[in-house]
Amino acid sequence: MNKNYMVSLIAVIVLFLIAYVGTQQGAGLQVLFGIIVPYLAIILFVVGFARRVMGWSRSAVPFRITTTCGQQSSLPWFKQAKIDNPSSTLAVIIRMFLEIVCFRSLFRNTRMRLSGGTRMTHQMELFLWIGALAFHYAFFAVVVRHLRFFTEPVPIFVTLLEQVDGFMRIEVLYDIVQAGLPGVYMSGLVLLAAVLYLFLRRVFIPQVRYISLAADFFPLFLIVGIALSGIFMRYFAKVDIVAIKELTMGLVTFRPSVPEGVSAVFFAHMFLVSILLAYFPFSKLMHLGGVFLSPTRNMTGNTRQVRHVNPWNYPVKVHTYDEYEDDFREKMVEAGLPVVKMPEEQA
Amino acid sequence: MADELIKPDELLSKIDHRPSGAGWMDTPVDIRKGMYCYAANPKSVDTLGLPNARAWNPLEEDWKLPENWQQIIHDGFRERLDKFRSFKVYMDICVRCGACADKCHFFIGTGDPKNMPVLRAELLRSIYRNDFTTAGKILGRLGGARPMTLDVLKEWWYYLFQCTECRRCSVFCPYGIDTAEITIMGRELLNLLGLNIDWIATPVANCYRTGNHLGIQPHAFKDMLDFFVEDIEEITGIQVDPPYMEKGADILFITPSGDVFADPGTYTCMGYMLLFHYLKEKYGLRITWSTYASEGGNFGFFTSHETMKRLNSKMYAEAKRLGVKWILGGECGHMWRVISQYMDTMNGPADFLEEPVNPITGTKFENASSTKMVHISEFTADLIKHGKLELDPSRNDNKIVTFHDSCNPARGMGLLDEPRYVLENVANNFYEMPANTIREQTFCCGSGAGLNAGENMELRMAGGFPRANAVKHVHEEFGVNMLACVCAIDRAALPASMEYWVPEVDVTGLTELVANALIMPGEKERETDLRGEPLPGMEE
Repeated sequence: MNKNYMVSLIAVIVLFLIAYVGTQQGAGLQVLFGIIVPYLAIILFVVGFARRVMGWSRSAVPFRITTTCGQQSSLPWFKQAKIDNPSSTLAVIIRMFLEIVCFRSLFRNTRMRLSGGTRMTHQMELFLWIGALAFHYAFFAVVVRHLRFFTEPVPIFVTLLEQVDGFMRIEVLYDIVQAGLPGVYMSGLVLLAAVLYLFLRRVFIPQVRYISLAADFFPLFLIVGIALSGIFMRYFAKVDIVAIKELTMGLVTFRPSVPEGVSAVFFAHMFLVSILLAYFPFSKLMHLGGVFLSPTRNMTGNTRQVRHVNPWNYPVKVHTYDEYEDDFREKMVEAGLPVVKMPEEQA
Repeated sequence: MADELIKPDELLSKIDHRPSGAGWMDTPVDIRKGMYCYAANPKSVDTLGLPNARAWNPLEEDWKLPENWQQIIHDGFRERLDKFRSFKVYMDICVRCGACADKCHFFIGTGDPKNMPVLRAELLRSIYRNDFTTAGKILGRLGGARPMTLDVLKEWWYYLFQCTECRRCSVFCPYGIDTAEITIMGRELLNLLGLNIDWIATPVANCYRTGNHLGIQPHAFKDMLDFFVEDIEEITGIQVDPPYMEKGADILFITPSGDVFADPGTYTCMGYMLLFHYLKEKYGLRITWSTYASEGGNFGFFTSHETMKRLNSKMYAEAKRLGVKWILGGECGHMWRVISQYMDTMNGPADFLEEPVNPITGTKFENASSTKMVHISEFTADLIKHGKLELDPSRNDNKIVTFHDSCNPARGMGLLDEPRYVLENVANNFYEMPANTIREQTFCCGSGAGLNAGENMELRMAGGFPRANAVKHVHEEFGVNMLACVCAIDRAALPASMEYWVPEVDVTGLTELVANALIMPGEKERETDLRGEPLPGMEE
């Protein structure tokens, strides 16, 4: 048993139960889990996120340390890798776009093997890239879909996304099972599958297992908990959607209320989402913001052409030529090297 | 040394890339012979006026640290988080996806999990979380935090001097996290406690005083070049006459001192001398050497940003004093990282120099218009392109060549096609190594960033394995017998690595091959190359 993921798993289960039990009939903590906690979580998320990003921005960028991944701009007959070794802001924007939207560096991933113990090979390794893309885009689709709970009327792009997302239902389900079930959203299933993959690689790839912290498992379990409770509500529990939307609309319009008929599973679901939001700024999840600020990626590579200024550049003690000549004048003269002052002038 | 060194087969059979056993925080550091470099000589530390100069031994329990060393580290850490966004962001955003793990030559060659770039960074991140983050303070070990102890400090020291700052991992990182930045900051912190290695500290002290890492004094520098003058005359019948610190020369030339000191770099140095003589005779171009600025490399870069700046200052200072138009830089790896990404920022603007133009071809080196320093490969490629060099590449026909991209020019500059263009014009047999081991994915020689010592030979051979293995591949496939490079550290490090892993392959600088092929005006019929080995067809 791995302590790191057991602790994370237990933490998520306990968090779920706290909200589930706390919002049972009679416990009466609906206001806490339906209104107070979500508001607190949002505040923590927004303030924490902003503080983190501002903290990074306050740190100086003394040098232009671009990682150049291709041919520099040089003599006219050498073809510059304009995106991988950018000279212009536009090229940097394209580089960043491909990085953030397509996970381009991860696409380069290879797997090293020593075949026969002596011959090194590097094979293309796309599983992590695919898994990461699937996870992030599925998550994104799920988030956008949920805008339906926070908008009235529901914007057209949300409805469109729902239709595209739910398009696959016939291929996914058997006829008998489909009867009585609403359209299945691919994003939810892909999200679960991708999270499961990301979890399994942390458990089964020895190198990744070795570097994984509890902080790597916790968000995965949290997202599993969120996804499972969501899927359960949508396809099985038949929760009162009208009541839930009343609650969520109350939150966004700052007229919060807890209507009758909102089930405990929903409060647990929303509690886990709140935990995720509150946890976000204090965790590695901040790579969402940090990826924009990575100095090796978001700067041009033409440092020899355009001077970069270091805001805290300060004068340093150097060994000047005059001091050098003072140290070695006789030897230099004897060797026939030019000097500024001849030895006899010294005295 | 060689008899103590582990055999290649044995080294390979020891490698296991599947970490197991206790977690890394519970695995104490074991400072092992052959894997670490000797501690800095206190005299060298003192020359630079750096803190806590004293004799100490990494193998001993007591490292003779200042009383308040934890506070020094903590304060130094905080200061660097404010001064370097790279450091701060990279402390925060790693998701430990593991993509970097098998990209590191030291992890590939040793299997030591703490050589995975992600874990090397975690050594510092764990302290960062403990000292500077709320989550780390509350959750402690569960949050990946741990307090700074003497064992942690020793672990830092051991593993930060098992990284060559090659930046291969940063190419693969989805956030561009650059382990070189982590190592650079970590070494700066260690230097606050006087914990440098001697193979860095002493060259730095030498360079500060004598102008070069090897401590060659001006008269001796000239002696060494005079020696090459004699060799050149013997081989080509040409009497070259390199000018020193000539005021009003067109160009100042600066190259790593390693090239005047040891084979096979010396042949590259002879190559420079022949090329410059050719340009003087044919076109009247005056390129001067300097003994004051007689070091292209910068081991200060492996010490701290400040030390780097102190050593680097000589380049612009000397160019200004001599009144040259611009600076030409020789073949070196980290030298070009410093020139490309630091020099102008630290010691510029070089407004006393002209925007570099090749006076022979009229080509403007626009990509160096601010730094005013041109790479010898850019310069030579331009001369060749315009037909300004008379070349006989067949004189290199007995050399079946492959090209090793040095880490820094590749990933800190993007100098990839220029040396290849030169190579293809001076040699007829050129084969590339596999795509995953060249250009921006090139593997380090295993001895960069100041780790090219003798006492850490096992580490160097392990780290050199991926590069050597790719060379071995082209050696077996195409009969490659010569590994060309544009880096003085490579020329010092790769011969040992080749001898260990692929004994049939030799190492050469690019300009050595240029000079072999270069038909000097008035030369005698050459019978040997610059090494004194018979030219093809002259074997009798």
